[in-house]
Amino acid sequence: MKSQKTPRLRTIVAYLVLILLSFLCLFFFYILIINATRSHADLQKGFSALPGGYLLENLKNVANDGSFPMFKGIVNSLIVSISTAALCTYFSSLTAYGLYAYNFKGKKIAFTFIMAILVMPTQVTAMGFLRLITNMGMYDSLLPLIIPSIASPAVFYFMYSYLQSSLPLSLVEAARIDGSGEFMTFNRIVLPIMKPAIAVQAIFTFVGAWNNYFVPALVIQSKDKMTVPILIATLRGADYMNFDMGKIYTMIMVAIVPIIIVYLFLSKYIIAGITLGGVKE
Amino acid sequence: MRKKVIASLLTATAVVGMLAGCGGSSDSGSDTAASGEEGKVINIYSWNDEFRTRLEAIYPEVESTSDDGTVTTLKDGTEIHWIINPNQDGVYQQKLDEALLNQADAAADDKIDIFLSETDYVYKYTDADADVAMPLEDLGIDPDTDLADQYEFTKTTASDQNGVQRGSTWQCCPGLLVYRRDIAKDVFGTDDPATVGEKVKDWDTLAATAEELKAKGYYTFASYADTFRLYGNSIDEPWVESGETVININQNIMDWVDDSKEWLDAGYFDKTVKGQWNDDWNKSMSSSSKVFAFLLPAWGIDFTLSPNWDGEDGAWAVTNPPQEYNWGGSYIHACTGTDNPEHVKDIILSLTADKDNLIKISKDYLDFTNTVSGMQEAAKDPEFASEFLGGQNPYEYFAPVAENIQIAPLSAYDQGCVELIQNSFSDYFQGNVDYDKAKSNFETAIIERYPDITEVAWPE
Amino acid sequence: MKKKSKSVSYAKWGYVFIIPFFLCYFIFSLIPLVDTVRYSFFEYYRSGIKEIGPNFIGMENYVSLLQSDMLDYTGNTIILWVIGFIPQIVIALLLANWFTDIRMKIRGKQFFKVVIYLPNLIMASAFAMLFFALFSTNGPINSILTSADLIEKPIDFMGTVFGTRSLIGLMNFLMWFGNTTIMLMAAIMGISPDVFEACELDGCTGIKRFFYITLPLIRPILAYTLITSIIGGLQMFDVPQILTNGQGNPDRTSMTLIMFLNSHLKSKNYGMAGALSVYLFIVSGILCFFVYRMTNGNEEEAAKKAARKAAKKQAKKGGVR
Repeated sequence: MKSQKTPRLRTIVAYLVLILLSFLCLFFFYILIINATRSHADLQKGFSALPGGYLLENLKNVANDGSFPMFKGIVNSLIVSISTAALCTYFSSLTAYGLYAYNFKGKKIAFTFIMAILVMPTQVTAMGFLRLITNMGMYDSLLPLIIPSIASPAVFYFMYSYLQSSLPLSLVEAARIDGSGEFMTFNRIVLPIMKPAIAVQAIFTFVGAWNNYFVPALVIQSKDKMTVPILIATLRGADYMNFDMGKIYTMIMVAIVPIIIVYLFLSKYIIAGITLGGVKE
Repeated sequence: MRKKVIASLLTATAVVGMLAGCGGSSDSGSDTAASGEEGKVINIYSWNDEFRTRLEAIYPEVESTSDDGTVTTLKDGTEIHWIINPNQDGVYQQKLDEALLNQADAAADDKIDIFLSETDYVYKYTDADADVAMPLEDLGIDPDTDLADQYEFTKTTASDQNGVQRGSTWQCCPGLLVYRRDIAKDVFGTDDPATVGEKVKDWDTLAATAEELKAKGYYTFASYADTFRLYGNSIDEPWVESGETVININQNIMDWVDDSKEWLDAGYFDKTVKGQWNDDWNKSMSSSSKVFAFLLPAWGIDFTLSPNWDGEDGAWAVTNPPQEYNWGGSYIHACTGTDNPEHVKDIILSLTADKDNLIKISKDYLDFTNTVSGMQEAAKDPEFASEFLGGQNPYEYFAPVAENIQIAPLSAYDQGCVELIQNSFSDYFQGNVDYDKAKSNFETAIIERYPDITEVAWPE
Repeated sequence: MKKKSKSVSYAKWGYVFIIPFFLCYFIFSLIPLVDTVRYSFFEYYRSGIKEIGPNFIGMENYVSLLQSDMLDYTGNTIILWVIGFIPQIVIALLLANWFTDIRMKIRGKQFFKVVIYLPNLIMASAFAMLFFALFSTNGPINSILTSADLIEKPIDFMGTVFGTRSLIGLMNFLMWFGNTTIMLMAAIMGISPDVFEACELDGCTGIKRFFYITLPLIRPILAYTLITSIIGGLQMFDVPQILTNGQGNPDRTSMTLIMFLNSHLKSKNYGMAGALSVYLFIVSGILCFFVYRMTNGNEEEAAKKAARKAAKKQAKKGGVR
């Protein structure tokens, strides 16, 4: 009796909480989108809950602004984010697997080292980083935004935890008995098992790279290499030349739409991957 | 790769040595200038496309500009490369400083030829010891004859501590008091600029007027930040004396603090507006606002007030401010080490010394330009009447202000001081901290910004 | 004996697999780090565009930092992190538990999951800009509240310490609780359904199951969440920076450590920024040590369990064959 009633009550509470949270989350996007459909003059009059008819005009302003290559910026951001997500997840899995599946001298030290650098804020090395890449001739290119992601301690740790919980070493042994090479084992057997973890981390790294402002602002110099956040920052400036708030809201909207599409696409895959769950026992 | 590394390391030390070692004017600039060979690429550093649009509009040598606005080709085949970085968060200055430090080492086509600076930090770049902006005379421009028609204070602003002019500007930014005609009619019974001008002619009169406005439920200005330029630009000694590391807070600044607190508490400012360049400030320029007036230069009216005003044209008018002041201004500098001195000279002369060109800029872009005689003519020319101001010719008011501006003596620390003193005391105005805490917050912030500052001296 | 010889023959692959990570780390993080540490002992800054130094001054930068307000900013950072993290982890645990509870049959799960993760997608700086506009004294939130007669006068959210900090906490919460929920869900769903089935047979309620089964089993991922959140907290920058325009107003009560570092970087004070970085590095190290100890204890347990599991499996397999 009791056990039947409690879940129902809990379900109602759950729905209430979920609806409240969803409202909180969507509300700000709603305002953003509404504001993107209104002209600067409209926006000055105060907030209105209904959309205006100015979206196309705002979009046109954004697209035609030659000093502000938004679409080039999106392409750059896509290049950086996709490469980062791919490199980061692949090499983190590889490192995690290397440390998880093999015994070798210095393994403990290597692991402890990565754990020790786990919480180091990236900003700490920013100035030295800039000097370094300038000397390496990589200043003002997209490479320094991508390559360092190979070493991502946090992603490594997630992969390592995941391996611990879902990769029995017996599976590796079995592959070896079947004559599979080590790289082959990793690519054909381990990676598929790690798919759910990779999907989750791919999203996080993609988003992180997409939204990163600190490093690109230091590294990128020329207009045609700028990523979206730098362009957004240019608009944000307290500069009287960029005054159209409608345009600014539209820019922010244009900046987040691609990422939402990518997310919607990947989220299905992730949830399916999680439900399937790595190794079935 | 390796060679590059070593080379840049070497130059880094060389540049440091040069900058730290020899003071006074160095002759490295004239060496390159003397060689006579002109480079094929002119690199121009700026923070937006304002200068490019002006150049395209009036420089006769311009052939075309690429669609994305990054390269302008001149008729003789020379290319101008525009290197634009936002002012936001000091990014522009960071990138410029980085490039300036590598200037001696850079390949001819990568050298900066021209860079721009704003009044708030122009002194950082015109500093004689730094020697990054070439003296105009070294380019072959004689300020006394070639730039005779410029406003004197713009020439002083662009000069180093020895009085050597190292930059030149096409614009001049005298500020006015811009007010709402409907509010003037409601409170004073007239919107006539001359009558309103009488009501705001100095601070004491303005305070009395503010009381009148308040009685009818209006605010005189939006925020305490609006009046800062008027006080801050009339200081009689620089924030930091040349060669010293002590910040001298001028009495005028403390007057601003005291007056602002008084005015805010009295209700002459809109309490909900904190500073400028934010949404609240923008909204205070709309028709639903109760703010009577703003203190703005020409660019402020066109780029800030006009887009924020949602009513009919003709609702605003200008009149004299309670005190003459200047706000803004972009200076053009020839960069030491340029490989295109002839082009640079030509551009500077064409954009800042040619009266016809300047008048054209005034017509096309509504800048108040740097030609005394031209602006005097504009003041009388009905063609310059503004629709936004209901047919009033603002030049009539701008011109005399420009002639009376007393520019405050500059220092390389101005930008930080101006920014941080407003920030620190806004906590005090809003009652979050007491007076002494605001002072010590300013001290903390300024030493963070300028590590070489050793002391902050407050007036007694 | 046999086992040992096997592991030796594969050891080189272990090195091969971890080399890219370490190579990359040494080049792009360690060299810059060493550079940063080196400069922390120098007086080295720009005055205008003149470079002062580098002059070796020993520990002077460290001393003057201790005399500054650095400790206050540390406190601010911790407070701002805590007020964002506590609601985040509580809500995330609750949601993850609900979503994975088979008996609750929540409809529209997909929709909710997508929605709660959305705020994480938007750029922190853009999000802060949006909040700044929304919560300004003449902004939409105030106009909605006033017109609904909930308040008489507009609330000056960003004029008070409490208001500013709450806004930052709210933003951090909104941006990260969906992320954490998904992470915890992944962990809970990784738990073998057998365990839950067994639990059900034993007749345990949802609450009991949560505390006795779910929570202990997802501890590694919880620790991971804690670690990443601490990293995030230490690095907190974009949100308070944009919201308070880099000043940490009012009265610098929202100034975080990275904002402090940023103001030194901005003024090109390499020496001071270097010293501050070293302090940050030490703080990170201490924090990390505790977390590492915590997880490591678990790991041993997990490793034992895994070993047992593997042994069982082996036995099973052996039996079949």
